[in-house]
Amino acid sequence: MTLTLRDVEHIADLARLALTAEEKERFREQLSAILDYAASLQRLDISDIPPTATVLPLRNVMREDVARPSLPPEDVLANAPDTAEGCFRVRAILE
Amino acid sequence: MQYEPIIGMEVHAELLTASKMFCGCDAHIFGAPPNTHVCPVCLGLPGVLPVINRKAVEYTLMAGLALHCQIAEFSVFARKNYTYPDLPKGYQISQYELPLCRDGWLDVEVDGQSRRIGITRAHLEEDTAKLFHAGGYSLVDFNRAGVPLLEIVSEPDIRSPEEARQYLIRLQQILRYLGVSSADMEKGAMRCEANVSLRPVGSTALGTKVEVKNLNSFRSVKLALEYEIERQARVLEAGGTVEQVTMGWDEVHNRTVVQRSKEYADDYRYFPEPDLPPLEISREWVAEIRSRLPELPEAKRARFIADYGLDAQQAEVLVQERAVADYFEEAVAAYGGAARAVAPWISGELFRLLRAQGLEMAEVPVPAKALADLLILIDEGKITSGTGKQVLAQMFASGRSAAEIVEAEGLAQVSDAATLEAAVRKVLAAYPDEVAKYREGKSQIIGWLMGQVMRETKGKANPQLVRELLERQLRQC
Repeated sequence: MTLTLRDVEHIADLARLALTAEEKERFREQLSAILDYAASLQRLDISDIPPTATVLPLRNVMREDVARPSLPPEDVLANAPDTAEGCFRVRAILE
Repeated sequence: MQYEPIIGMEVHAELLTASKMFCGCDAHIFGAPPNTHVCPVCLGLPGVLPVINRKAVEYTLMAGLALHCQIAEFSVFARKNYTYPDLPKGYQISQYELPLCRDGWLDVEVDGQSRRIGITRAHLEEDTAKLFHAGGYSLVDFNRAGVPLLEIVSEPDIRSPEEARQYLIRLQQILRYLGVSSADMEKGAMRCEANVSLRPVGSTALGTKVEVKNLNSFRSVKLALEYEIERQARVLEAGGTVEQVTMGWDEVHNRTVVQRSKEYADDYRYFPEPDLPPLEISREWVAEIRSRLPELPEAKRARFIADYGLDAQQAEVLVQERAVADYFEEAVAAYGGAARAVAPWISGELFRLLRAQGLEMAEVPVPAKALADLLILIDEGKITSGTGKQVLAQMFASGRSAAEIVEAEGLAQVSDAATLEAAVRKVLAAYPDEVAKYREGKSQIIGWLMGQVMRETKGKANPQLVRELLERQLRQC
């Protein structure tokens, strides 16, 4: 399967990545190769196999609805690159 | 050409659990300072694992059952991937192919016409962080991230903005009756989006749909849909095509504005959440939850009409809130008389007093039993109905009983014939012109004369007696 340049641009946009023209071409080739490899799975006949959400034998792992203390605010923001007014500060988001 | 709007609603309601969806942070975040209800799990720090809150699942099943949904025997959480700073993990834990509830319905009524709106699905997910947009940057408060969120998606069965509004009102009532969400739109505890498209009347094809977000009140929903329907009609009339976009409702300028181009379901790259084992919902659990469901507004409305002889409108007003309905029933039981006589005291006087104080029914300072006692005093002729209203206002303000107030303020009805006769005589003497008019045949003036006698007796006179005395004296002299 060969991705188009537009596919790569769309995927980059979803990941909020700005790519150069050269990167776009390189990733187009690499991503196409990955998809080709994954596409080999399509050759298997899975019509009798129900979709599998997990391979673990676990079911219904739940906890009781009890609140417990949260982190102290100074710990919350300790690793943040930028903060203001008790919040994480990020670059402007335009709707 | 005549167009018909096709509307589907997506409603998100925050669930009233004590803790968040996948961690133990306190879920009561309203008014809390930013980032004080967060932990490594809801901040998406490396190495942590989410654990499902059993209560949130139970609340979702309650809502699903109340909306006549099928409850899944096998349900899976899914990752919805998108890149936005309101998601600490880069994905939201939601549900996709195997939601907890599907295929339900909700009846709404517009202009006396009942219509059934299909519910496609009701699923559980986590809320996102709150963003504050400042000039050159944005601030992120993760308190809301991870609060359990119930998403209810309707079929595109809604045909008018008013029907959409009624759908939301009914949904809010049900969620509040169940006690699973405050469903308070002003506080963002219930949020909604609408998908709207137009098609020529008579056609069955669906047009291109536009998603309208930022509908923060029942009023906004109606206004935004009206605006959007008109806008799309204009585009189609001019021979254009409607673009599939996401619009936001601008409350200030009352218009919809394009927000961003639509990301399609494929772009979210949903896949089963590997950190959460699937849920197998036993039929025993479903039956147990069903047995605990309270009587819902629709059933209560029908019962109030059948058992208490209320008319549809009275019943509607009384079942809007569970607290009001309970109060009414308690008052009726204590009163023992006709329920129809109790209803207007609640929907009229009591609501007026509550509104004036900005109080909710749950905070009403007059117990239902005390209201019943007041009505009994009126029935026994101890006070007039007019005095009763004054007494209720005082009960509301002071918390004293009706009997205490009547006694202390000397408000008991005056039925003493001699006292009333004197008052009547005084009024007739003071208004000879009106008396003359009565005798010329303008008999309705007796109402005005009665008013004067009531004024003379500070509203305490037994009105029946006053009328009799007035009529007798007017005939005599």
